[in-house]
Amino acid sequence: MNLTPIDWTIMLVYFAFVLGIGVALKRFMKTSTDFLLAGRSIPAWICGLAFISANLGAQEVIGMAASGAKYGIATSHFYWIGAIPAMVFVGVFMMPFYYGSRARSVPEYLRLRFDEKTRALNAISFATMTVFSSGISMYAMAKLIQILHIFDRPFAAMGLPPSAVFHFSIILSAAIVLAYIFLGGLASAIYNEVLQFFLIVAGFLPLVYLGLKNLGGWDGLKAQLPSSYTHSWAGMGSAQTNPLGVEAFGLIMGLGFVLSFGYWCTDFLVVQRAMAAHNMSAARRTPLIAAFPKMVFPFLVILPGLIAIALPNPTQTAAVAGTAVVGEQQAGKGLIPAKLDEQTGQPRLDAQGKPVLDYDLAIPQMLLHYFPTGLLGLGLTALLASFMSGMAGNVTAFNTVWTYDIYQSYINKNASDAHYLWMGRMATVFGIALSVLAAYAATRFNNIMDMLQLVFAFVNAPLFATFLLGMFWKRTTGHGAFVGLVSGTLAAALHHGLTLPIGASVGIKGGWLGSIHSYPSEMAQNFWTAIWAWSTCFVVTIIISMFTRPRPDSELRGLVYSLTERPRDEHLAWYMRPATLGAIVLAVAVVLNIIFW
Amino acid sequence: MGLDIRTPIGLMFSVLGLILAGFGLIGSREIYGKSLGINVNLWWGIVLLAFGAMMLVFGLRTSKAQAEAERVEH
Repeated sequence: MNLTPIDWTIMLVYFAFVLGIGVALKRFMKTSTDFLLAGRSIPAWICGLAFISANLGAQEVIGMAASGAKYGIATSHFYWIGAIPAMVFVGVFMMPFYYGSRARSVPEYLRLRFDEKTRALNAISFATMTVFSSGISMYAMAKLIQILHIFDRPFAAMGLPPSAVFHFSIILSAAIVLAYIFLGGLASAIYNEVLQFFLIVAGFLPLVYLGLKNLGGWDGLKAQLPSSYTHSWAGMGSAQTNPLGVEAFGLIMGLGFVLSFGYWCTDFLVVQRAMAAHNMSAARRTPLIAAFPKMVFPFLVILPGLIAIALPNPTQTAAVAGTAVVGEQQAGKGLIPAKLDEQTGQPRLDAQGKPVLDYDLAIPQMLLHYFPTGLLGLGLTALLASFMSGMAGNVTAFNTVWTYDIYQSYINKNASDAHYLWMGRMATVFGIALSVLAAYAATRFNNIMDMLQLVFAFVNAPLFATFLLGMFWKRTTGHGAFVGLVSGTLAAALHHGLTLPIGASVGIKGGWLGSIHSYPSEMAQNFWTAIWAWSTCFVVTIIISMFTRPRPDSELRGLVYSLTERPRDEHLAWYMRPATLGAIVLAVAVVLNIIFW
Repeated sequence: MGLDIRTPIGLMFSVLGLILAGFGLIGSREIYGKSLGINVNLWWGIVLLAFGAMMLVFGLRTSKAQAEAERVEH
């Protein structure tokens, strides 16, 4: 790839501002609350943009375009079904307990509501997960920089081997994220997420515009693709008739309820952004404000995938020759190249003899295809920015959970606040150091990473049942919650071990306990694993709670729905009221689903 | 936090917009074959500059009003 000085300048301007924000915020970091909770002083619109931006890591951007190229517009289910209802629920119903209880983290809420062991379980698994996620993000970024040959030219000019690019990318991203979080803490991460939000829009909007214009608009795009690509619900009645290989019930319950609510309502990575808001009403509005851009993001991140697969093969169109990332293109489809076998250099073929496409390259290929130098620099910067904000989100969640829920709770209980501020900074340093280790572990043991992600999925799946019962049924006990969570995780593992997607081999894909049921697709298996985990946790928590002693009402005030005063919002203008906003968001989501039925 | 985020956002997008639009004005026209013959650097640069300027105006106006309010209090 040929980057010119203009592209480098744009990249440097962005990095200068990222670090500048950290430096500018340094003088406000006086207490551990300033550093780890942004002093609970951020306006709602900033928290809202950070709320989706923290989730808009590069895996999301690259992965959603890849999924768009693979499955079509049905990918929007991950937004309109798999995010919007949960975002409305957390804002309208759950935020009063998170924000109102003054808990400093999600695990701390579990401590207040239930007991120490439930908190410890959640805090430790969450902290481990954040470190690995941030490491995987770092690894994916270094890998992409390597594939796109971004730094090859300057490295060759300096006489360094191309293999050094990978190490350089890891160290550079770690150093930048470390610098701005170490200086400005959560506030710095949030501010940079807002900056990154606008940068992604600025970098991807022209991409969608040029792609659609090239194909003759939405109708032109439709003409190039099979009809299942441009309909999200048609064919959802049965798993055999839609590209996702999932039936509507599995989709709505598994993705729309269990996985989506489990992520948006209980994951501290996103909830932390709302907890940083300057008052209760701002905290409740945070996920609702976030829901508006979230609803239109499919057009920004999924459409490039559809365009990439719909374009005529570049090897057949002279105008775009020489823009391909991977030299050998013949086997690909549209702009998407085939995956190459590392030994032979030939395209890899699947069981039917068709080439395996490397969908993850949809976005990078689109950038190279349409953007001239200048705008290309902006597009790449947006991509790098999204990798870094994904890392930063994990690191800020890690340092808070580590400092408050692990260090202050179990290691050093009665230190001064200055000490915890110092510990928050140190946690940033070793959290990033551990992520670097995780990134290198990913290069060597790819299977271990897949396995870890699987285990995390097992741990996360039942979580929402615990929160739902904890917040809305005051009879729920700590023993019930703990045993429920553990059984839910076991149920997930058991279900995964006993089932297999059609065509997959026994092992990491499931069936390691013997296959008693097969699913039409891996996605269907994932959704049903989540449904089983959630239901088990829900039932077991209720049963154990019935047999154990509940806490007296007086201890549960502000933590449970029936014992908490409703937040008053009559004094607010109608567009500031969480319930009104929530209703508008849901109505727009319904309309979008109907349009793209 | 005492820093209005709109100020750095406004500054950054103004700078990026100026760079892109400037490059679109003086740079070679040949590179725009890729982008369907549209001088995207110029046009998108102008859009980013307008967005940046708007953010900057909002950010600075608020901090000015705050500074004013503090001066009155003291």
